[in-house]
Amino acid sequence: MPSRSDSSPWRTGALVLAPWLAILLLWYAVAYSGLVNPALLPKPHQVFARFRELLADRLPLDIWMSTQRVFMGVTLGIVLAVPVGFLLGWYQGVRTFIDPVINFFRALPPIALIPLVIVYFGIGEVAKVVILFYASFFAGVIVMYEGIAQISPLYVRVARTLGATDGEIFRKVILPLTVPHMLTALRVALGVAWATLVASELIAAQQGLGALIQNASSFFQLDIVYLGIICIGFIALAMDTALRMVARRLVSWQERIA
Amino acid sequence: MTAGAAVQPARIRFDRVSVDYATAAGPLTVVDDVSFDIRNGEFVSVIGPSGCGKTTMMNIVAGFVKPDRGRVLLDGEPIAGPGPERGVIFQEYGVFPWLTVEQNIAFGLTLAANRAPQRERREVCERCMALMGLSDFAGAYPKTLSGGMRQRLAIARAYAVKPQFLLMDEPFGALDAQTRSNMQDLLLQVLAAEGKTVMLITHSVEEAIYLSSRIVVATARPARIREIVDVPFAYPRDEALHERADFGELRSHIRDLVMQEYAAQQRQVARNVN
Ligand SMILES: Nc1ncnc2c1ncn2[C@@H]1O[C@H](COP(=O)(O)OP(=O)(O)OP(=O)(O)O)[C@@H](O)[C@H]1O
Ligand SMILES: [Mg+2]
Repeated sequence: MPSRSDSSPWRTGALVLAPWLAILLLWYAVAYSGLVNPALLPKPHQVFARFRELLADRLPLDIWMSTQRVFMGVTLGIVLAVPVGFLLGWYQGVRTFIDPVINFFRALPPIALIPLVIVYFGIGEVAKVVILFYASFFAGVIVMYEGIAQISPLYVRVARTLGATDGEIFRKVILPLTVPHMLTALRVALGVAWATLVASELIAAQQGLGALIQNASSFFQLDIVYLGIICIGFIALAMDTALRMVARRLVSWQERIA
Repeated sequence: MTAGAAVQPARIRFDRVSVDYATAAGPLTVVDDVSFDIRNGEFVSVIGPSGCGKTTMMNIVAGFVKPDRGRVLLDGEPIAGPGPERGVIFQEYGVFPWLTVEQNIAFGLTLAANRAPQRERREVCERCMALMGLSDFAGAYPKTLSGGMRQRLAIARAYAVKPQFLLMDEPFGALDAQTRSNMQDLLLQVLAAEGKTVMLITHSVEEAIYLSSRIVVATARPARIREIVDVPFAYPRDEALHERADFGELRSHIRDLVMQEYAAQQRQVARNVN
């Protein structure tokens, strides 16, 4: 995408920071307005102080554990979602009867599944990854098959008139057209996985950002709750930004950037 | 190209071809008992009202549609499916957006059906790009090309595998008048350099006469043959042809036929509305 040449890096930087500053100001405004009981709303600098304190303590391990679980869950989820989404997208016939099943399972909130996951997978790491896997898979599979189903048959026809075999059409036409959808599926799955993290760490987790939030809430340490939430948000944002940069490279041919 | 080479055997033969499509309202006949031949080196245009069944006719030759009655023979053999000896240029271009101009042109040559060694591939690409005026855009992705350039790319890509037949479905329909006229001249030049047997579908009477050695005028749906018109002008042709009196006469004759078929189509529509 050609960017407009009049936007200097300073301008761009200011525009990116502006909404965050606005949120910060709003937070302070609410905190000092007296509308909310001060005990119920820590101020940003208090949260920041906590952040520095915990950074020397348990926070790095929490971040590491959570990131690792999200990474595992999403990787497994996408590894399965890509071929399954592919089959569903490509074979319209299969889709008609598999579609309702997928939508049934997709609609179930992961929290509701926790008792069953504990029964079948125990309370260790596996149980947490299973929850994240579940969430990532169903998010990814939908994106994949919707994307594949929209691939224009025109390109397949063109390839056939040039003499392509089925295998060549798959490798040289379908696969490249699938890459953007894989990247989108990955992005959506990552978002969903971070959103499901706290639920997955409800299962007897000692470490992890979700565990941090839950422990803090039982001691009514709201500043830590805020801190945990903000950490999840920023890590998810960082991952998404990184993925978007990779996507921009990989699918620079696209008219619209995913 | 050899206009009116009557002695040669047919390379493409429509033999009493009919096609029905299954629709919600029952079977719909879109091509009805069509017979004509395209001989070696001929340039045959098919012209007729919108929706009459022209694309369907081309899709039979391309190998995407099977006739329900009758048959279409390619060098005497029934058509089993698409093949690289029949280059198809689709109305919607269909250039591969994920490949550069050069990679698009090379695509056919990387397939097992026409695999060429790297060196030959590069030569063919360069020649096709030069022919179509795309040399300066070898590394560009299609999203940065204009409509006319995409059209030229689609032609270059079909050309690279050296098809004996060129099937073109309203290839210049989306272009402005000037680009369209340039593309017509370019096509004539390219065909003069290496002869092909061509089937062109068009809405433009002017274009059909300027390019073709024969014109098949189709009726309103279902497409039957209204008339087959020989175009007597020798190749090479140039713009001056448009000004000639006999060009004008031929144009009004064909235009009359086409207008009558459009009128017939209007009556059909009116009947269906009532
Ligand atoms: N796959 C299909 N199923 C059902 N009906 C079809 C199908 N393809 C085409 N038709 C119908 O067949 C008729 C002829 O279609 P075709 O595309 O051959 O027309 P055309 O002469 O190429 O029209 P145009 O000049 O507008 O491109 C149309 O009425 C169209 O609605
Ligand atoms: Mg058509």
